[in-house]
Amino acid sequence: MLLQQVVFYFFAISLIFSASMVIFSRNPVTSALFLVYSFFNSAILWMMLNAEFLSLVLIFVYVGAVMTLFLFVVMMLNIDTETLRKGFIKHAVLAVGVVIVVLVLMMMAIWTGNLAGLPDIQAPANYSNTHALGNELYTHYVYAFELSAMLLLVAIISAISLSHHKPKRKTQNISSQVDAKPKDRVHLINMSSEKKV
Amino acid sequence: MWNDLLTLIWIIIKIVLVIVPLLVAVAYLTYAERRVIGFIQGRFGPNRVGIWGLGQPIADAVKLFLKEPIYPARSSLLLFLLAPILSMAPALVVWAVIPFAEGWVVANINAGLLYILAMTSLGVYGILIAGWASNSKYAFFGAMRSAAQVVSYEIAMGFALIAVLMTAGSTNLQDIVLHQQGGVLHWYWLPLFPVFVVYWISGMAETNRLPFDMAEGESEIVAGFHVEYSSMGFAMFFLAEYANMILISALAALFFFGGWLSPFEGIPLLGSLFGWVPGVVWFLAKVFFFLLLFIWIRGTLPRYRYDQIMQLGWKILIPVTIVWIILIGLAIEFRMPPWFV
Repeated sequence: MLLQQVVFYFFAISLIFSASMVIFSRNPVTSALFLVYSFFNSAILWMMLNAEFLSLVLIFVYVGAVMTLFLFVVMMLNIDTETLRKGFIKHAVLAVGVVIVVLVLMMMAIWTGNLAGLPDIQAPANYSNTHALGNELYTHYVYAFELSAMLLLVAIISAISLSHHKPKRKTQNISSQVDAKPKDRVHLINMSSEKKV
Repeated sequence: MWNDLLTLIWIIIKIVLVIVPLLVAVAYLTYAERRVIGFIQGRFGPNRVGIWGLGQPIADAVKLFLKEPIYPARSSLLLFLLAPILSMAPALVVWAVIPFAEGWVVANINAGLLYILAMTSLGVYGILIAGWASNSKYAFFGAMRSAAQVVSYEIAMGFALIAVLMTAGSTNLQDIVLHQQGGVLHWYWLPLFPVFVVYWISGMAETNRLPFDMAEGESEIVAGFHVEYSSMGFAMFFLAEYANMILISALAALFFFGGWLSPFEGIPLLGSLFGWVPGVVWFLAKVFFFLLLFIWIRGTLPRYRYDQIMQLGWKILIPVTIVWIILIGLAIEFRMPPWFV
């Protein structure tokens, strides 16, 4: 039990540290990498709750796919952080206000929610998180599940149609490239040879 | 307390027993590749160091150790040093769940297949960070190409493995192998043949091997993401690439070719004749065959063009796997013998 607590506090502290470094680091690429690290830490916390499916899918989907693309974009954009940091003082008052409101709301939720009273659930030895999750998703929550799948599909299609909207795109027409014949590309001209002087 | 300590020591021994042979295999895979490609191209390859040039990997390792590490100016040094580690670590960590024979595994976990997918998806960070931290245009181009390519082919590979886990009804690697028992025709390469082809192609793309080595592209962007690395940093990227090759081969053997199961199982005379051979021998023989296939393909095919890679990944491989997943769902529903009973 003690070992478990040590592991939990280590990764919880590491999670909070990396999450705050996402905000405090000056370079956007370092921020994104700290976000990756904080995903990793929360995956380990989930693993400790016997939620191995969610934990591994968090790494697979968010770290493996989403954050890779995110990093890709951040690296390409080469964001100028100086312009972003302008007007920091001006907006600080509003920001501090928002932080206080959020903090108070969370405190209220924690104090009134009686989290300490939650039972300490021990999973049976042959418990498989993947099976349990599949059973729940495809029986009790099947409509919600299908609905969210449809929502994602619509989002995918709309994203593709948005990016295809530009009238003139420079792309290769592969079938016309394959169909090309030598006589379309090379013009052989019959020239009478030069006269000797 | 003593019991816990003994368990810990036993686990460490198991890890060493996996990692050390793996690193030796990686070293000799580089030698095998140069020799085999040499034979394919009608030349000798390295044959000077020791008998048949068998000392070549050791000579290479010593050479790389003694070279001076060079750090490019105006690069972020911490990330520059972190990148080789980030590409090496996932390639080694995955071996924790690979069963070499029944019970011969460091960690027999239920979600083994998911763990493999999660860990292999981390490998791209090493390449991305290396390309960005080098502060070099060629390295950056290599990283961009590789990131796009790996993310695209990861989808095809994920779908291919979904077909495997549907057929086996489990994500535990030992269960997947044991479900293939009953001879060559019961192995998954037969019912899942298109999926196996997709898996193999995307495996080659994920390891950045020819004909998909856009990340390196020696003739276009000199060496891609690791152009600024020298000495051990360079060696680490190579070790990671070859470790990933062995991993993809091992997974192909486990998922589609019955892992440690004997190919003569169920055949009257041959089955009993080869009954004494331990399972790990069959497993290693299968891995060896797939490694040879990697090298063979490298020696045969030219490099793809970048847009052709994307076309192949998104418009051919992913639709094939989706169609096959639906067919397998139907086969499971109607209990098609002999695989889906």
